[in-house]
Amino acid sequence: MNTVTATADAPGVAAAIPKTQFDWRPLALLAALMLLALPAIGSPSTWLTLTVAGLAMGLIIFVIASGLTLVFGLMDVLNFGHGVFIALGAFVATTVLGGLAGWAGDAAGLQLLSVLAAMLAAMVVAGVVGWGFERVIVRPVYGLHLKQILITMGGMIVGEEVIKVLWGPQQIALPLPAVLRGSWLIEGIGSGASIEIYRVLAAAIGLGVFAALLWTLNRTKVGLLIRAGVQDREMVESLGYRIRQLFVGVFVAGSALAGLGGVLWGLYQQNVTPQIGAQVNVLIFIVIIIGGLGSTLGCFVGALLVGLMANYTGFLAPKVALFSNIGLMVAILLWRPQGLYPVTNR
Amino acid sequence: MSTSTTSAATTPALELRGVQTHIGAYHILHGVDFQVPQGQVTMLLGRNGAGKTTTLRTIMGLWAASAGTLCFQGQSLNGLATPDIAQLGIAYVPESMGIFSDLTVKDNIVLAARKARHAGELDTVRLEWIFSLFPALKKFWLYPAGKLSGGQKQMLAVARAICEPRALILIDEPSKGLAPSIINNLIAAFHELKRQQTTLLLVEQNFAMAKALGDQVAVMDNGRVVHRGAMAELAADEGLQQRLLGLSLGAHQ
Repeated sequence: MNTVTATADAPGVAAAIPKTQFDWRPLALLAALMLLALPAIGSPSTWLTLTVAGLAMGLIIFVIASGLTLVFGLMDVLNFGHGVFIALGAFVATTVLGGLAGWAGDAAGLQLLSVLAAMLAAMVVAGVVGWGFERVIVRPVYGLHLKQILITMGGMIVGEEVIKVLWGPQQIALPLPAVLRGSWLIEGIGSGASIEIYRVLAAAIGLGVFAALLWTLNRTKVGLLIRAGVQDREMVESLGYRIRQLFVGVFVAGSALAGLGGVLWGLYQQNVTPQIGAQVNVLIFIVIIIGGLGSTLGCFVGALLVGLMANYTGFLAPKVALFSNIGLMVAILLWRPQGLYPVTNR
Repeated sequence: MSTSTTSAATTPALELRGVQTHIGAYHILHGVDFQVPQGQVTMLLGRNGAGKTTTLRTIMGLWAASAGTLCFQGQSLNGLATPDIAQLGIAYVPESMGIFSDLTVKDNIVLAARKARHAGELDTVRLEWIFSLFPALKKFWLYPAGKLSGGQKQMLAVARAICEPRALILIDEPSKGLAPSIINNLIAAFHELKRQQTTLLLVEQNFAMAKALGDQVAVMDNGRVVHRGAMAELAADEGLQQRLLGLSLGAHQ
């Protein structure tokens, strides 16, 4: 009988296996969009202002959408109710910031602390409500896409109405604390570019969330399980891991991030309405489709593209801005039908 | 149980009795009975569509048995969820191999080793043993698993099943689509596992491989086990082979 020990494959196979190559093209597309916008806009200072605004908006959208793409990737759950956590986060922030306004007074440090408290409270409330949402609304409809769409949309409508009951149906102002108002003037670029302080903060938070997600997904076993589960959840279960628990964790974290995104978005707009969730929902679905469903990096690049596009076209051709994001999605799907960074096995 | 060939006839590691499985409206398994003896290699043979894969998936809890009992080391598997069944010490290599293509070979192994939080916590002795069985895995340790060849993927799939000690390993058609030289590598590796008293249940279409490895055999047809016995008996009886498998081997090879 055969007694040879297993030997390496025939020579030549090694050479045939390409090294891990990072796909730079979507990032190049992002850079190209920024570069092309410069001559179109003309003024470097306006371009810089718009670019920072676009990146900040994109990063806020990323914070909101990152949880949704993992929820879809991991369990094939289409959660059209994700927007309700955005609205919830923003409204919780109005209450917390309103309540702490007197305490913070004119002290810059206390004002920053109150913003931080608002963000934490929004994340906790959105996370807890997300946990209940998964148990009551999503769990009965695993594997049933049509029902998922209907019931999660229904969940969002109910959530919106509950918000109206708690905070009233009208638009509520969410003013930036004094410390975050105003802008930095950068001299030397054209007639001087103004960069709003809050946008820099929002961008920094977005980058922090992105870095934390990448670290978790690439450096921890939980992250490995999530990435593996996005590709083949049956196999993850066959290896002995309870993917349902993992999914609940991802759902709660995604809801909490949507709550944080809601605070960032509300402060960006400086007001909140109960409909904010439904408005942002369209944007985040465009983002996760552009990025490749289930892909965190794709979601990141997609969100930046959408944010930049909205700001550039809003300045250059306001009428085009209304459908620029849909146009962007069509163009990208023609180029890469599975999105910018498709997840294998899907 | 046949009395002649196996002297070490102990309590079976796994026993199926009257197992029936429905998938949607289809009745696939119509009462499957067989045993997997401890420390031996049991081959599950039969033509395409006989229910072999469904049997493995039912053992793993990926399909629910609608009737009958599945018993593993004295414990009932009926109604258990797949992760709980895996945690009892059953490893499963599906026909599709279930490789996580976007993850590296290393990360695939780290996931399969439930006790390890990262590669540094892998059992190095066992890992070296796996590398000695499948040197290609060492070579491509940091490559994305999706870039491996079909044979290397199969080696990775088997390596995942053995990277921690498991009481029973289920493998669905390990030789499928592989070149003869790669199949020989796998046979050598399975022989090594056999020497270590690993309990294996293998679904196989390749009769030469089944003959080379099997201690026991169960042949399925139409969702039932139609023959049970020692592999050596079936291998020696060409008439029986012809009757049980002739159609399939003639039609598929």
